[in-house]
Formats: sequence, C-alpha cells, structure tokens
Amino acid sequence: MVRNPVRLFSAALLATSLVAAPAFGADTVKIGFITTLSGPAGIIGKDMRQSVELALEHLGGKMGGIPVEVIFGDDQFKPDVGKQVADEMLKKHKVDFVSGIIWSNVMLAVAPTVTAAGTMMIGTNAGPHQLAGEMCSERFFTTSWQNDSTPEAMGQHLQDLGLNDVYLIAPNYAAGKDMLTGFKRKFKGRIAAEVYTKLGQQDYQAELSQLRAKNPKAVFVFLPGGMGIQFLKQYSQAGLRGQYPLYSVYTVDELSLPAVRHAALGQFETRYWSPDLDNAANKKYVGDYKKKYGKLPSFYGAQSYDGMMLIDSAVRAVKGNLKDQKGMIAAMRKANYASTRGKYSYNVNHFPIQNYYLLKAVAGPGGAGDVPVMQIQKAVFKAHKDSYYTKCKMKW
Amino acid sequence: MNAILFVEQTLNGLQFGVTLFLMAAGLTLVFGIMNMVNLAHGAMYMVGAYLAVAATQWTGSYLAGVLLALVGTLLVGVVTEVVALRTLYERDHLDQVLATFGLILFFNELVAIIWGRAALFSDLPQALSGHIELVTNLRYPVYRLMIIIVGLLVALLLWYVVTRTRLGMLIRAGASNRTMVSALGINIRLLYTIVFGFGAALAGLAGVMAGPIYAVQPGMGELILIQVFVVIVIGGIGSIRGALAGAIIVGMVDTMGRAFLKPALGALISPTAAEAAGPALASMLIYLLMAVVLALRPEGLFPARGH
Repeated sequence: MVRNPVRLFSAALLATSLVAAPAFGADTVKIGFITTLSGPAGIIGKDMRQSVELALEHLGGKMGGIPVEVIFGDDQFKPDVGKQVADEMLKKHKVDFVSGIIWSNVMLAVAPTVTAAGTMMIGTNAGPHQLAGEMCSERFFTTSWQNDSTPEAMGQHLQDLGLNDVYLIAPNYAAGKDMLTGFKRKFKGRIAAEVYTKLGQQDYQAELSQLRAKNPKAVFVFLPGGMGIQFLKQYSQAGLRGQYPLYSVYTVDELSLPAVRHAALGQFETRYWSPDLDNAANKKYVGDYKKKYGKLPSFYGAQSYDGMMLIDSAVRAVKGNLKDQKGMIAAMRKANYASTRGKYSYNVNHFPIQNYYLLKAVAGPGGAGDVPVMQIQKAVFKAHKDSYYTKCKMKW
Repeated sequence: MNAILFVEQTLNGLQFGVTLFLMAAGLTLVFGIMNMVNLAHGAMYMVGAYLAVAATQWTGSYLAGVLLALVGTLLVGVVTEVVALRTLYERDHLDQVLATFGLILFFNELVAIIWGRAALFSDLPQALSGHIELVTNLRYPVYRLMIIIVGLLVALLLWYVVTRTRLGMLIRAGASNRTMVSALGINIRLLYTIVFGFGAALAGLAGVMAGPIYAVQPGMGELILIQVFVVIVIGGIGSIRGALAGAIIVGMVDTMGRAFLKPALGALISPTAAEAAGPALASMLIYLLMAVVLALRPEGLFPARGH
C-alpha cells in the first residue's frame, strides 16, 4: 500500500548535487514515512505528510548534500497493516530510516520490526511507555513525547486548581491507558469515573448520557483525530458545554478546530508545542506552512517536520556516510538542530526532555466567527522527564 | 442508575435502532422479494452520506442537500440494478455475493477518487445543532430527536405502502410467488427495479442522517452493514415488521450494553474484572443475541409469510 513516492530531486537539483557529491556514501537518503492517510484519522496523516514535504523543501531536497527520497505508506490505522508497510519499506525499498507513526498500537508493532532489522526508526508521534522503558532501543528516537507526559501536565494543572470529581474518557487501546495513567500520576483528587470507549468510535451519545448522570465537577478526555471532532460536537449538541468544564489532551488542535469551531472555544489543553511558540524555527515552519497550505499546522506536523530535521542533522554529522550508524546515533543524541519547540535535549531513552504548556482555544484573528486558535497560557512543566526512563537500560 | 438516565439511554437506543431500520428495510425487501444477497447495500448508505455533504455545500441549504441526496441515491440504485444486478437474479447466492462485493470495492474507490480518502465532517444547520429540555433535567440533542421522528414516520409510511397500496400488494405477491405474479401479466422486472431503487433511497436516507453523527468516509457502509445483517437475521428475512423489531432490539441492546453492562457486571464480579470485561462484552452483545435467536428460532422473530 505504498503510494506516491515523492521524488524531490529535479533535474536541476541533481545537476548541482553532482558537483557537490560526497566522496563516499549513498546516492540517495531513503526515508520511509508511515502514517494514516485514509479514514477519519487521515487528516492527521495529511498534516504530517505536508510537514515532511515542507521540511524537504526547506532542506532543498537534500540532506548533507545527498538527494532525499521519501516514500509515504498508509497504515490504515491498523497495527498489522503498519507492520506490513514497514516490512515493504525495509525489504523492497531498502530505506535508510523509517519515520512517522501516529498510533501507539501501530508503533508497538512497527518500531521493534524496524530496529531489529538494523534500521533506524524516528517516531514522530506515538510514545508508548514500553518504548520509553524496558523496550528502549539505541536505533529508536522520537521527536514527540512519551504518552504519559502531556496528561501528567494536565493532571498537575487540575491538581493545582484543586478540582475534585473529574470524569475521565479515553479510547480503549495502548495510548488511552497511558494517558489516563499519566493524568492520575499527578492528579490526586477524586475521580468520578474512568470510561474507556472503542477506538475509532464516532457516536458518544450513550457515554454523554452516563456522564451527565454522574454530574462530575470537570471532564478530562483524550480523543485524538476524528474521535475528538465528533465528541466535541456532540458534547456541545447535548448541552454539556458550559455545564461541565472540559479539559483535554490531543483532542483540540489545529486539525479539529476548523471542524469544531465555536464548540471548542475556551477549551484547555496541555502540549509541548503550539503555533504561537516564539522561536525562529517555529516562525519559519508555521509561516511557510500557512503560506503553502492555507491553514495552521498541528503538533503532529511540527513533530514530523522536526523528524526530518533530526535525520538531516545526523546525515550531515556523518557527512553522508549512512553506514556509520554509531555516528548518526551519537549525532541525534545531541538534538543539534533548530527544533520548532526550541532547544531541547534527549533523555537516556531517546525521548525529549522538554517543556509542557497550558494552552487555551481563543477566538481567531477574524473574531467570533473565525476558526479559534490555540494560545499558550503558561508553562506547567519545565524540562520535564518522562516517567519510564529509569527502566531503560541503555548506556550512552 | 436513575430514571432520567434510563429514558435518555432508551432514546439513544431508539435513535440507533431507527437508523438500522432504514438500512434493514431495503435490504430485507431485496432479499425477500428478489432472493438476492446484496452486500452493496452499505455502499448506497455511503453514497447517500457523500451526496448530502456535496449537495449541501453546493446549494448552501441543508434541506435542498438532503432532498438532492435522496433523489441521487435513488438514481444510483436504479442504475446499479439495471446495469449490474439484473443479470444476477438467476445465479446462485455465491455469485451474487461475489458480484456485490465487487460493487462495494467499486463504490469505495469511486468516492475515494472523487472526495479523497480522508473523512469529511459535515455540519448541521443552526436550528438542529442545539438541544431541548424534554422534561426537567432531560436534555436531548434536537438532531437525534429528529432522526427518531423521521425514522418512525418512514416506518409508518412503509407499513402503509406495503399493506394498503397496489404496489405493496405486488411486492407481497412477488415475495410469496414470483412466477405466479409474472404469469398474471405483471412486469416483475420493473417491480424489482422499483423495489431496489427505493431500498437504495432508504439506505441513502440512513446515510444522510448518520453523516453528521459519524464521519463520512469510504467504507463507512461496511461498518454498519454487518449490524444490519444481524438485524434482518434476528427479525426474519424478507419481513418489514421483522426489520423494524430487529432494528429496535439491536439498537437497544447495543446502547444499553454500552451504558449499563459494566456497572451491572461490577455488582456481580470484581470492579477491575468488570472494567476489562464490560466494554469487550458490550461490543459482542448483539452477536450473542443473534446466536441465541438462530438457535431458538432459525426463521427469525417475525418471519415473512409464504416462504
């Protein structure tokens, strides 16, 4: 299911690269980028893909002087398909890096396959706790976060507010469990109920009826992609907005806001990145993305953009000698590139040590009728380490 | 568990049930009258949902969009019947399953080519996107209430058409003895086309109404089609009455299972075990019910007469 191999080297680029070709090393850097391009989650994959394409444009189609070829694969939101696509990337296309992956259950199938084959895996979204802990690998890096960290920040925020009787909702899969575990690690107040819904569920009316019957003080949800869009709309339609304050992670973002609009106004999220984060790399990324695609990118996109930049930093460090994996790993550990989140460092398990912010959905620049935008309120955690790195036995 | 919650979940179950009914009515008629296994029925549901989104955007009016989508699905159904399915009536069920499975792939690819693979999220007009307070503390979304009303009205209309009109008489006669009907000089082919077209339009209506609740995406029809087959197996193949009863039962059991199974299990076994077993068992419930019905009454609860 690999579609549209994007060959980003034009004849002109090729001609110039011949002049500057390195003495040894590969003639192309091949990257297999796996994400979800079909179904309700397809909007996430599209944003990631567009950000990868923008990153390559910013890099001039080359990493360390070598032309880059990115092959996009669709995991269809299924772990088995994701693994098949990864196998195809490794065996048929013989890629030098595999990157991408939105879903933790897909990641748990794909990452071990890739690293066991001796290839490097650069995750750009899912951060299941297994990969941060006992299953950590020197060939696995992520430009995103460990799943628990973002809800830990929201748990901390609600703890600081002194709330009680919070109602929790998450889909019944690897990341859903991680998210609620992370939330409860920092939130010590009473939990009204903990509800797991079917992954990919579209209709939440039955759950919303249960929620109202419990009459909680606040609601915390993790419902990424299409799930969140449907949930927020139905939350609003059922008249719950305004009645129970809703806090979320990975639910209200630049992808869901255009579909949800006013139903998300005033909504709080925690996140490591935001379009209004003030640094040069982010301004360039957000500005050019907006110019090219006519809308704001999401954190999924920012991570994927960073993923390409991280690979670029490694390829440059080994001067295009892609066989020097030790050298590339050493280079990536420095996180020596202009990240859209600003400067960060890597923990022993190759997960970022970074800040987490509290964000609020506020009216867009066009006023009340415009698509709302996310705005940073404050930093909840500074240089936060994930909760599993001590279980990772990797030595640097 | 309080009374208001129970009433609210009943409404939720009813709303899911009538959506299933609109699908099941067409499927059961086609199966009962033409003896045709039509897996592509879900494709009509998807076509209805897509046409509604497209027509609403094109005309700028929700009502016009819905009407255009219904007419459009009817036409797509008629064309499909005339072009593809006519040749299959005399063939055995396996050929029909293969051919209509091919139609599923065809329609899924077609909408993916036209509208792309990513899901579309449709918006409701302002008047339907709110909620009303039915009794104190029982707030219900207006749109879902409208689905229930439309679904029940369609059921009433179908009952009238099938039992009180000449067309309905022919449909019932066709279901009982097709050879006799054509021997009496009735154009049975035309009757088949009409039944198939209206079946498709009903599926389209279900798709139109489900659009704003579910995401509109390629393959959305197959997700609901399996549940619709459960409905007609429970209700009895070829029977409208059975389709209605089966749809309401499946809608209720699924919704109630999602809502009350976990707390109910929690009272019987340990809460942690209920936590794990509840959601899993809830999604199995309708299939368990189908197995029980098949074991006790293989004909379904309300089998069509004359078979």
